[in-house]
Amino acid sequence: MGIISTAIPGVRSDTREAFAVSSVWRVAEVVGGELENATARTIRLRVDGLMGYLAGQHIDIRLTADDGYTAIRSYSVASASADEHLEITVDELPDGEVSPYLVRDLAVGDRLEIRGPVGGWFVWRNGNANPVQLIGGGSGVVPLMSMIRAHQASNSVAPFRLLYSLKAPDAALYRDELHRLDQDSAKLMVDYVYTRSTPDGWPAAPGRLTSESLLGRIFPTEENPDVFVCGQTVFVETVADWLVMAGYRPESIKTERFGGTGGIR
Amino acid sequence: MGIISSGFRGRRSENAALPPGQHETQDFPVLTAGPAPLIPVEEWEFFITAEDGQRLTWTWDEFMALPQEEITQDIHCVTSWSKLGTVWRGVSVDTLFEKVETTRDFATAHSFGGYTTNVPLWDLLGGKAWVAWEFGHEPLERAHGGPARLLVPHLYFWKSAKWIHGLELTDDDVPGFWESNGYHLHGNPWREERYS
Repeated sequence: MGIISTAIPGVRSDTREAFAVSSVWRVAEVVGGELENATARTIRLRVDGLMGYLAGQHIDIRLTADDGYTAIRSYSVASASADEHLEITVDELPDGEVSPYLVRDLAVGDRLEIRGPVGGWFVWRNGNANPVQLIGGGSGVVPLMSMIRAHQASNSVAPFRLLYSLKAPDAALYRDELHRLDQDSAKLMVDYVYTRSTPDGWPAAPGRLTSESLLGRIFPTEENPDVFVCGQTVFVETVADWLVMAGYRPESIKTERFGGTGGIR
Repeated sequence: MGIISSGFRGRRSENAALPPGQHETQDFPVLTAGPAPLIPVEEWEFFITAEDGQRLTWTWDEFMALPQEEITQDIHCVTSWSKLGTVWRGVSVDTLFEKVETTRDFATAHSFGGYTTNVPLWDLLGGKAWVAWEFGHEPLERAHGGPARLLVPHLYFWKSAKWIHGLELTDDDVPGFWESNGYHLHGNPWREERYS
């Protein structure tokens, strides 16, 4: 493979509007929260003056201890809505500084500070008829879920397909909702790859995602999909390389890393 | 002081090397917008363009024949991690500019793969920036920008463009890729210039 040189399209006006209030800290109130699995929790926030956001954006959360010490982390938005609510899903890192507090201690009625939503690159916008292939590893499915929900709520007829790589059935995020959409929605197809254990009666043994198992479960190159890949660093780098080697256009592939140090960019 | 989260303790760091809102990591997370391009060194070149049609280029061998410096610097990512005391090897941008005649004040860094980022010239000159090809005494991995990346450690790390191809000098400060996608035009971590 030679040098890849491609133009990256410029920003569109709708993202400019979404950035208008992105750099200020605002107060958010916790209005709901539920555990997704043993380590992950979805937290519903109400943010006064939230003007909507793009599917795939993230927010920064700032926690302040009683002596003024602060810690900031970035979390992808999981929800898709135009009102003053948004949801994030936080996976607890065993040695994390912020995530254990968000998953275990934060209570309904608590307030915290958020900045954003921000980001104008790893986002899905209604208006493109191309099929959309989402590829998520572990909690990398969070921003992809925002895209799925925005797509479901839209008039878009572009078909969506999600490939979700996860350790085990009980590690899934949004399990019931994804199952229901896979069954009921003509706009979304969901494929799962289990790396450590599978549901009972699953046709394949657990194992790491391979180039072959990836390429057999996604929109083929001829359908010219827009591809979004999100997961841990190695997952994202590996999948992106396989896609390019299989002939997917590099400029059609958008990637985002997730987890680890809580950073996204 | 902001909203107090009672019960949140956090992990105190008295490290004065950390800019506001940053925490230290021992990892080296990878930040990408798309697939990592593969650039064989035989096909690599570095360019600088300026007014009056000036275009200077270096092949990999010419670049490696330039004076090399070892660089030890802290790096700060806008997503709030910092990595302290990282060791690099590369060529100072000052060295690359020895034969450039310009009155232009800004630069757009171009990467193989199409990424761009804008940096004022005064942030690139005066011993503040390098084109680095070694990290931690090992050749720079492709995922981290190899064969070579721009290294501007006093700005947020998205300014340190991976897979660097060259610098285009400009009269105006033209927003690059992340700068057109919600990030700050300048990116000084000590002033928390994160978002636009």
